[in-house]
Amino acid sequence: MFAYIVRRLVAVIVMLLVVTLVTFGIFFAIPKLTGSDPALLYVGKQADPETIEGIRQKLELGDPVLVQFWHFVSGIVAGRDYTGGGTSVHCDVPCFGYSFRTEQDIWPVLQDRLPVTLSLAAGACVLWLLGGVITGVVSALKRGSLWDRAAMTVALGGVSLPIYFTGLLSLAVFSYGLGWLDGEYVDFAESPGEWFGGLILPWVTLAFLYAAMYARLTRATMLEILGEDYIRTARAKGLREPVVIGKHAMRSTMTPVLTILGMDLGALVGGAILTETTFNLPGLGQAAVKAIGDRDLPLILGVTLIAAAAVVLANLVVDLLYAVIDPRVRLS
Amino acid sequence: MTTAPVPAPGHPPDAFLEVRDLRIHFPTDDGLVRSVDGLSFRLEKGRTLGIVGESGSGKSVTSLGIMGLHTVGQYGRRRARISGEIWLDGKELMSADPDEVRRLRGREMAMIFQDPLSAMHPYFTVGAQIVEAYRVHHDVDKKTARKRAVELLDRVGIPQPDQRADDYPHQFSGGMRQRAMIAMALVNNPELLIADEPTTALDVTVQAQILDLIRDLQQEFGSAVIIITHDLGVVAELADDILVMYGGRCVERGPAEQVFHRPQHPYTWGLLGSMPRIDREQTERLIPVKGSPPSLIDMPPGCAFSPRCPYADVPAGGITRTERPELALVPGTDGHHSACHMTHEERARIWTEEIAPKL
Repeated sequence: MFAYIVRRLVAVIVMLLVVTLVTFGIFFAIPKLTGSDPALLYVGKQADPETIEGIRQKLELGDPVLVQFWHFVSGIVAGRDYTGGGTSVHCDVPCFGYSFRTEQDIWPVLQDRLPVTLSLAAGACVLWLLGGVITGVVSALKRGSLWDRAAMTVALGGVSLPIYFTGLLSLAVFSYGLGWLDGEYVDFAESPGEWFGGLILPWVTLAFLYAAMYARLTRATMLEILGEDYIRTARAKGLREPVVIGKHAMRSTMTPVLTILGMDLGALVGGAILTETTFNLPGLGQAAVKAIGDRDLPLILGVTLIAAAAVVLANLVVDLLYAVIDPRVRLS
Repeated sequence: MTTAPVPAPGHPPDAFLEVRDLRIHFPTDDGLVRSVDGLSFRLEKGRTLGIVGESGSGKSVTSLGIMGLHTVGQYGRRRARISGEIWLDGKELMSADPDEVRRLRGREMAMIFQDPLSAMHPYFTVGAQIVEAYRVHHDVDKKTARKRAVELLDRVGIPQPDQRADDYPHQFSGGMRQRAMIAMALVNNPELLIADEPTTALDVTVQAQILDLIRDLQQEFGSAVIIITHDLGVVAELADDILVMYGGRCVERGPAEQVFHRPQHPYTWGLLGSMPRIDREQTERLIPVKGSPPSLIDMPPGCAFSPRCPYADVPAGGITRTERPELALVPGTDGHHSACHMTHEERARIWTEEIAPKL
């Protein structure tokens, strides 16, 4: 078990290095190949050649891509200095790059943004798991009933409606209309109450979308499991129906739900762009959108790395949980 | 199974298990499936009843009906329509409170299922599943229950039961799994044990071991056993009485000896003819029962077996195709019943002249 985890962690690091290399390659090699100058991206149109040359030196654009990549990776563990044009900028450990657009290190930006996105993802996840799984189970147990049909119709709506529709609708009603929530993000450490109040609308909106998917998945899985022989055996033992459902059927139903959850959570950390934009949350997704608009390549690279790490780590956690749930999955 | 007159409906019988006019129908989009349609039999403690028939003849539906498993967990489905009476040890189960029947399940009546791999939960250890079965009906702590589970695993012949109890079903071989399944069924000393095709999923060498085990355990515990199978060999091995089902009804029943040696129904003849035998010349071919089982939605009028019966025209006036034969006592026997329009003499002649020499 321990050896397995270590092996998987090594694989995670290799994976992240590959992601970095590819992203790095795209951002720094392609402009070189196409003959456009990345340095021009960071200065105004009327910049004098000396400034451009200074940035070019700082970015080490004259070096081969692999050397640039090596400096980037070693900068993460050792920090690095950008020197050129007579000036020097120091980037602290861990250095994930330096934005010449905003003239600041990337890492503090990520550090600043990540908690927002994590808050959003974690809170929404709790809501959609509760809502989706409970709705799905009840629908399966009452298959064909009015409740089932109503819940599945709402779920179909939830799956079909984009976040910028439900999000704006909820903002219009609860924030602008009723004035209950002002939807401003406040750090948890600052005021847990305001943190909660600011996130409740995004949570509910995001959770609604996912809960709809999870309700459908849970319902389908539960219906399938209820037809299994071992459920009949559980009843033949004389177990009470709540135990048959809650223990025997639920244990099997959670397996596919968990698989999807790992992927969704990972993807959400890197890609809650629509939600963050709709609700104006200063998270990673919003940072990514802004970075792309500004052509702030180092920041895009940083966000991509965090997103990749989130997906890979979430999948690792799911794989470990899998082995706990399903004894047939051997960790060796 | 004896010939004692069936008491009036609603009155408790003297037999340990008595099923009276059991009907289990399932409404479907295509129509009403009459899986079991008027089945009656009785069984004493210490005796074994073999229920034989093709797939879809209503054997398993009957056993699940006795266990009350057609009425629980039918979420949102169209419910099975069940009527008749099931008397177990002086209690009528059909009219009993469902929770009372639940408490009987697993304790007074237990079931061994066909495929032990799919019938055990893949995520729980074998020991835990047996412990659970014991603790539903006994208010004991986990340690005591585990001791009991290990004891049972040992009794059904699982080596190193204390360690194997912590294994998961997929870590057991097929035969071992069926033994564990039997241990789980027996953990509460049930007085009625229903084995639904207990050896179908096992290879032949293991089959014999499992059958021996069931017989030994029955003698040890003195329980009543119903063994459901399509394999006449299994029945010959174990059963005191035989009930042959066709199209949801009983077409012949009686003491095993008589049903095997003087079968009274053309369908039973067909079953015997299609059974491979080691003492038969290899050049002779098995004689299958021609045709396929009847649709349980649209039963043939008259005798359900008539479309496949080579002797359907023996009784005069096409009565086999218009009137359903009632189960009647074979003259001069002790409890041997058959539902056939042919007279006893006609059947005796056909059996001795045409059927028996070919078997």
